[in-house]
Amino acid sequence: MTQSVVVQVGQCGNQVGCRFWDLALREHAYVNKKGLYDEALSSFFRNVDSRKSAGGACGVGGRIQHLKARAVLVDMEEGVVNEILQGPLREVFDSTQLLTDVSGSGNNWAAGHMTYGSAYREQILDKLRKAAEHCDCLQCFFLIHSMGGGTGSGLGTRVLSLLEEEFPEVCRIVTSIYPSAEDDVITSPYNSVLAMRELTEHADCVLPVENQSLVDIVSKIQLMSHSAKPGSVIKRDSTVISGQGGISGPEKPFDAMNNIVANLLLNITSSARFEGSLNMDLNEIAMNLVPFPRLHYLVPSLTPLYTLADVSVPTRRLDQMFSDAFSKDHQLIRADPKHSLYLACALMVRGNVQVSDLRRNIERLRPSLPFVSWNQEGWKTGLCSVPPVGHSHSLLALANNTCVKPTFMELREHFTRLYRKKAHLHHYLHVEGMEQSFFSEAIASLSSLIEEYHHLDATKARLIPDAPRLSIAT
Amino acid sequence: MSVVTLQLGQCGNQVAHQLFHVVCSDAQNAHKKTYRAESCERFFHQNTHGELVARAVLVDMEPKVINHSLSEAARSGRWRYGESSHFSQKQGSGNNWANGYCVHGPRHRDVVEELVRREVERCDRLAGLVAMMSVAGGTGSGVGAYVTQCLRDIYPTSFIINHLTWPYGTGEVIVQNYNSVLTLAHLYQLSDAILVHENDTVHRICSQLLNIKHISFSDVNRVIAHQLGSVLQPALTTDSHGVYSRNPLGIDWQVRPPGGSGRSMGLTGGSFNTSLANLLILRGKDVYSAETGGFEDPALYTSWLSSKEAFNSWKSPVPFNKYEKSATLVSNSQALLRPLDDMVGKAWNMFASRAYIHQYTKYGISEEDFLDSFTSLEQVLSSYRHLC
Repeated sequence: MTQSVVVQVGQCGNQVGCRFWDLALREHAYVNKKGLYDEALSSFFRNVDSRKSAGGACGVGGRIQHLKARAVLVDMEEGVVNEILQGPLREVFDSTQLLTDVSGSGNNWAAGHMTYGSAYREQILDKLRKAAEHCDCLQCFFLIHSMGGGTGSGLGTRVLSLLEEEFPEVCRIVTSIYPSAEDDVITSPYNSVLAMRELTEHADCVLPVENQSLVDIVSKIQLMSHSAKPGSVIKRDSTVISGQGGISGPEKPFDAMNNIVANLLLNITSSARFEGSLNMDLNEIAMNLVPFPRLHYLVPSLTPLYTLADVSVPTRRLDQMFSDAFSKDHQLIRADPKHSLYLACALMVRGNVQVSDLRRNIERLRPSLPFVSWNQEGWKTGLCSVPPVGHSHSLLALANNTCVKPTFMELREHFTRLYRKKAHLHHYLHVEGMEQSFFSEAIASLSSLIEEYHHLDATKARLIPDAPRLSIAT
Repeated sequence: MSVVTLQLGQCGNQVAHQLFHVVCSDAQNAHKKTYRAESCERFFHQNTHGELVARAVLVDMEPKVINHSLSEAARSGRWRYGESSHFSQKQGSGNNWANGYCVHGPRHRDVVEELVRREVERCDRLAGLVAMMSVAGGTGSGVGAYVTQCLRDIYPTSFIINHLTWPYGTGEVIVQNYNSVLTLAHLYQLSDAILVHENDTVHRICSQLLNIKHISFSDVNRVIAHQLGSVLQPALTTDSHGVYSRNPLGIDWQVRPPGGSGRSMGLTGGSFNTSLANLLILRGKDVYSAETGGFEDPALYTSWLSSKEAFNSWKSPVPFNKYEKSATLVSNSQALLRPLDDMVGKAWNMFASRAYIHQYTKYGISEEDFLDSFTSLEQVLSSYRHLC
């Protein structure tokens, strides 16, 4: 089996990462009753016995001694990482996995990317190499960061380039949190567009998540929880926003939203960690969902959002779960994939679901979903037998769909509004190594990406004839 | 005569496992000693503890399936796999044919060849090699094609048969049509015969003929193993004189159409797919009194072959796999035209937009290689289409 390393950068990246590790431990504790360090655990955790010599690494099969996360935590402020180290997760990380500074990046992409990127290059590489060395067979790096700030956005994308340079064979899956329209960081459009170019060029897959969608999902669930209607009481600990049952204490602000993203990461890796009748390895995700190298933005949607507590109400039908995955309320960016064009779609199912259920639902939903002409049956499916905590089954859909275009266009518009007036530009240009050309190249990259999606969209209405086949002389 | 089986990738390993299970149980239940002896000799050798050990080499790029297979077989108590007859790695081929063919295949060539050599040397008389794999994924298809090529080089005069499982049409892997086209085009040059099972068809058998409600891959694999077993188990021909030693792989598939044209363009109307050759295998009760004249109707066959040349029939009075009477038809005909044409068509449409091609070129398969494979298969389609 293979291992993955999580690299969390910046305040948001580390807060989400923290929720991920908490929920991962909860999930493994739920499944692994014997306390053995098995292959599933080893994909994200090392097992360390401090009494042994040479770092004390223990192989698979023995009892769990001390679990250490396969992670590298980077932040240019100390606040968030310190909080983690004082909290209940402190045992899961050791000091060699952390990199902090004191002053932060001031919401300035250039400060993160250029200044800190250069200053800490060797140290970052060192920590990444150490994490990689602890792995038998490293398959994937998961980078978690936000786009709107300075550290996650700037330093995070610098780390991404380093990953590509140093470990070109290892898959890079990036979870990027995009700012909402009402973001209180004025320069977030600059930071986001500058980061986008890096993502387009250096990531294998990007899972874009919009803060606004997370807010909407949280409100929906809280509305449901507070409604007193009989038959609509939600089962405790079963919501996608709940962190109950983990080792962290009472919930902090943003925890609910961050739990959604943490659950996304748990579900995407479930088939690589646990067994099932149709396994889907991480390297199969990029292979099947990325038809052209730059078009690697995969819109995630998670269902169900909660399980009803009342057992006399029949479990939401399995088919409802599949339908929900395509509804715009369940997407993690504000988009409507059903009315755009699908290039490819992956369905990762967990729990007690059979091949026949999968086939039946694909056949049922397929007619209402527009697929690009050359990929009419573009489905990649995976069945993992272990459901997430609190549910009997769940579905994660990853769609390579042109519905990302409006999101990118909005970003471009916000960027242009500022850039036209050269607002705040001097903060960036003052940074050593930063030039105006970065801005123009970044916006050009974004425009060209939007164009590519636009071309594909244009094929949607047209009836594309089959390509004429080779003819053989008889 | 012995058969050495090569199990490649998840599907290949799962189906072959079922095959050994079927033939072992069939042999042990058979009331005729000669049949039992020949069947055991064909698929197993006996180790020093007197256990039946499969003449098999297990290959996969990730360990889960093989580990499961090894322990399942050992648990059965009736037969087992050889302790060192398997090879696996940690990370799979990621559904990428190029990764299987250009990277994993060459990297592990020596180990695999050695494992096969050991099995072959254990055989008194080698009937040939059977490679079992799927065409949709990365390992079975890519590594499978590469290994078949290596074996063809090492054993130029042995029979090599590839058993292929074709995926569901609605897909479980998005790039399955690319992987299938590349596999078939390569195997076509190397293999003596390609035996095909389509998941869709077997699925229909499970639901309509066997009435299974919640069909799983185990059900599908059991049907495939049953059909394959009925072809490969010992049988008699008119010249066998009661001895079950006929080479099950030595089916004379070599058919050369007459040189020079003068053939009219085929009217492929009519209700039958035109056949090049058919092999009928009857097992169980009343085999010698069965009326098989219908299979020799010249209307079934292409005009330049007599039905005497094109039709063969093998029989065995021993019932197979607990069926009192069973019949199997192995057919080289136009029946595969539609599915093959569909598969090539879909792959071609995708190729026209160059979607996913960068995933293949990064491991060493170029657009030229794709074009060669398409050309190759269009020629096959054309040849079959013009049979009359």
